[in-house]
Amino acid sequence: MRTTGEHLLRELAPQVLGAVVRRHGDFGAAEDAVQEALAAAAFQWPRTGVPENPRAWLIQVAARKLTDQIRSDSARRRRETKITLETPPEESVVAPPDEAAVQDDDALVLLFMCCHPALTRPSAIALTLRAVGGLTTAEIASAFLVPEATMAQRISRAKQSIKSSGVGFVLPKPGERDASLGAVLHVLYLIFNEGYAASSGSALQRVDLSSEAIRLARSAHELLPESGEVSGLLALMILTDARRPARSGPNGEIVPLDEQDRSLWDKEAIAEGVRLVTDAMTRGAVGSYLLQAAIAAVHDEAASAEDTDWAQIVALYGVLMRMSDNPMVALNHAVAVAMARGPREGLALLEKLDRDPRIKGHYRLDAVRAHLLERSGAITAALTCYEAAAEKTASLPERNYLLLKIARLRSD
Amino acid sequence: MKFMLMMHAPRGTGDYQINQWKPEEFRAHIQFMKDLNKGLRDAGELVGAEGLSPPGQARIVRSHGGGAPEVTDGPFAESKEFLVGYWIVDVENAERAYAIAGKASTAPGPGGKPLGIAIEVRQVMSAPPDSL
Repeated sequence: MRTTGEHLLRELAPQVLGAVVRRHGDFGAAEDAVQEALAAAAFQWPRTGVPENPRAWLIQVAARKLTDQIRSDSARRRRETKITLETPPEESVVAPPDEAAVQDDDALVLLFMCCHPALTRPSAIALTLRAVGGLTTAEIASAFLVPEATMAQRISRAKQSIKSSGVGFVLPKPGERDASLGAVLHVLYLIFNEGYAASSGSALQRVDLSSEAIRLARSAHELLPESGEVSGLLALMILTDARRPARSGPNGEIVPLDEQDRSLWDKEAIAEGVRLVTDAMTRGAVGSYLLQAAIAAVHDEAASAEDTDWAQIVALYGVLMRMSDNPMVALNHAVAVAMARGPREGLALLEKLDRDPRIKGHYRLDAVRAHLLERSGAITAALTCYEAAAEKTASLPERNYLLLKIARLRSD
Repeated sequence: MKFMLMMHAPRGTGDYQINQWKPEEFRAHIQFMKDLNKGLRDAGELVGAEGLSPPGQARIVRSHGGGAPEVTDGPFAESKEFLVGYWIVDVENAERAYAIAGKASTAPGPGGKPLGIAIEVRQVMSAPPDSL
């Protein structure tokens, strides 16, 4: 269970790391030192009470650990090579900058750094959760169900990649800002997805990655309140997560949107998500996360699947399709069209997708076709497609859902 | 994405007749596998790896409920190959899993020549549905 103290620690983690990196330069070593400082605080604070300025305390302890580390490294090197190295940097008396602007910048730089395109996405995810999210390697490892040693290597690899790519601890140049932000949002989105999908399983002991992603997106939103895409991603997560209590059954089985008990949806979360979307929509440019959030909002505001404003969803997917050439979007568009104008029109749109090599043979295309065939009364054809989808999916809950669907159709 | 890489050896030649190899050939083979595993561990990709004892010691256990389960030493499915070991790796995409399998397949045998071992690559079923 996380206590308030731990919560505070994790809020402070990126600020402290930012300050230490800014001062000492070496991101990898600074990150280790901050983890040690966090561990020290987690042990000490419950006994001695939270210090008056917890942030300064953490920076000071981390800086001391870093200096110790540099000293012992250089002592070792001296022993090994008998070369006298220059005196290690004096332990600096850390006067934490109080200006909120610097702290915010640090946290942002850190986020950009951890999600840098030079890293593989699994590495970026792991590093973000540790350096920005303040999670321990063990927690991250268990969230992804890999051995701790494996996760530790992944994180240390990520740090090496940052080092060798020569990224400085500065905000990306204006010209690179959009691409960098895109990478950050993608990483947060992947973390959310991992958690959202996994929470339907039996993994109660794992860190809740969805909540973690929402927390990270929330702080990104605080740092960049004007960005429509950041608002959009945060809203998309909140609006999707709001349905969590209804979207799986007692055995973790998938309950599709149209069968969910909507009274279980989190109304407060929906209100917050809708507010975020509305604000961002009126503010300026509309990007793909914001559009997806808008679609989620339309679903969340409907009392039932039938009451959903499908025409609006069709229109939103239309905009999304023009913005990004993604066959998954086209597939969702086809579903919305089927809901708005009948399964036949939806099926006609799927034929186009059959010719797209990026999605041809993907289980979701089979699953959607099966669903639309079922709705149009072509049960035998629907069964064939459900079977094809069940055979192809690599998601266990999804396969169970499809197999159950097949069994129900057969017994009718 | 997690994948299981299953290493199969041909049944007829019995584990590539590894007991006929020269010591240095055997050592090179073991070293290759050790290096491969170390590389995967260092890359943060290794979830687990094990070698299995030869199929001569394998047993088939079956129970239809009630009574003691039946334990027999075959017959096995009439496959031409059997499982000798496996890796579970956590990688960014299927291509990376194929690359690792491709590397494992080249483990050296007699004369240092790649054995061309058949590696079956299967995605581990997971909770997250994949998206594009």
